[in-house]
Amino acid sequence: MTQLPEKTERKMGLVIDLDTCVGCHACVISCKGWNTENYGAPLSDQDPYGADPSGTFLNRIHSYEVQPENGPAQLIHFPKSCLHCEDAPCVTVCPTGASYKRVEDGIVLVNEKDCIGCGLCAWACPYGARELDQAEGVMKKCTLCVDRIYNENLPEEDRVPACVRTCPSNARHFGDLGDPDSDVSQLVAERGGIDLMPEQGTKPVNKYLPPRPKDRLNEEIDILAPLLAPVAEEPKGFLGWLDKTLEKL
Amino acid sequence: MHPAPSIIAFSTFSGLGLGLLFWLGIDQTPPTGWVAFAFFAIGYILAVGGLISSTFHLGRPERAIKAFTQWQTSWLSREAWAAVAALLAMGLYAFLLVFFDTHVPILGQIGAFFCLVTVYTTSMIYGQLKTVPRWNTGLTPALFLSLSIAGGALLSGRVLIALVLLLVAGAIQGVWWRTGDTRFKKSGTDMKTATGLGSIGEVSAFEPPHTGTNYLLNEMVYTVGRRHANKLRVIALALMLVVPVVLLLLPYPHIFGVLALISHIAGVLVSRWLFFAEAEHVVGLYYGMR
Repeated sequence: MTQLPEKTERKMGLVIDLDTCVGCHACVISCKGWNTENYGAPLSDQDPYGADPSGTFLNRIHSYEVQPENGPAQLIHFPKSCLHCEDAPCVTVCPTGASYKRVEDGIVLVNEKDCIGCGLCAWACPYGARELDQAEGVMKKCTLCVDRIYNENLPEEDRVPACVRTCPSNARHFGDLGDPDSDVSQLVAERGGIDLMPEQGTKPVNKYLPPRPKDRLNEEIDILAPLLAPVAEEPKGFLGWLDKTLEKL
Repeated sequence: MHPAPSIIAFSTFSGLGLGLLFWLGIDQTPPTGWVAFAFFAIGYILAVGGLISSTFHLGRPERAIKAFTQWQTSWLSREAWAAVAALLAMGLYAFLLVFFDTHVPILGQIGAFFCLVTVYTTSMIYGQLKTVPRWNTGLTPALFLSLSIAGGALLSGRVLIALVLLLVAGAIQGVWWRTGDTRFKKSGTDMKTATGLGSIGEVSAFEPPHTGTNYLLNEMVYTVGRRHANKLRVIALALMLVVPVVLLLLPYPHIFGVLALISHIAGVLVSRWLFFAEAEHVVGLYYGMR
């Protein structure tokens, strides 16, 4: 089970657009909502209303400040969930065969009935995509909403991961990244999608679209600038006297 | 990485017990009868006790038996098999020595071999992890193996061998610490590669995903006690190497041998605590931490 497939028929995954993500955390909530009541054990919370709340999440949003050499700093919201890696190190370390990568679509899943909760897969994952549920004692991770995407009881537009369905800024896209003609693959090609931590050798399927370059204020083409020159003048009268007097003090 | 007491106890005591069993296994003139019983009992209590304590950190210990299934890819599964092979072979070897005064060298050698394999597989559980650069080196198995057989030699009363092996283990520990301090940087993983935003400029964590803590931070971004790391390294090395060596060089090594052993175990426990507490997992980068 924990031997990785040589090749998967499809590479289903997410493309996350760091340019349009507004950091609203709606995907976090919809992910938790769907996954706590569907596939596998619920996503428990510990001390949710107390002083030190924590809980299991399959998707979390970080925010980073990036300071370019010139120009103002940029704030970039950064959703992170399982990247369904082709060379998933979390799968091969599993001693029980609970972790596996599916041949048909490349989704990395945990068979919770076999999981002993040793936590080694979470150690092996560089992205922090796996969390040991503290109530259930088994490893939880993104299933790519495997119980939605093939679910014929749902209307067709809902057969995508909950995070993708809910994203209000269209920052999350779902599709087959193994098919170069798919919408997501074309999006990645067009926008220069990147891998996270490529040096770790995990070959992540999920791709991130880097933020588009920011507009720059270019004074030369601003034909209205002369008309908008500041009109403030040196103060006169009483204010002028006050200004000078205060200056001398 | 979170220094779980069960894991520290497991790797220290099972390493020591397996080291003792290794020396008993390759002994040309092993003890027999009740002396053998005492030696093997100590070895088994340490090794089995350590292995049992390792199950305490499992979320679902009742399913631990399933860990035998994935030996083809998983070092943890291989460890389970190697431990069973070592304990079975040594058990039969000990049974014949204790109750029948019979020495079957080949059985002891097989058992000794699997004792070393078990320690090696334990070390590879950590050594294989690219996500923890400090561990991800061939020196990690060397460290575990050298500490195991040095401790085993000390425990079995092999004074001269113990002296040499303690110095070897101490040297490997020193190199492991020294090279470990730069390995995270050398791994090439930093906030830029983690976020892929390095092409824009300097990346810093602005806001974490949540106000509280989580499993990832508790388990893999354990930073408590690191500021005392250098002091603890000196304490560990003094206890596991310097004090035992001095005590062994004194006359009456059998009297001071016990003290040397206690000091050595305390030192290895400190070293093993540091092994975890100092290890930085790359996931910390997403939180702007190490």
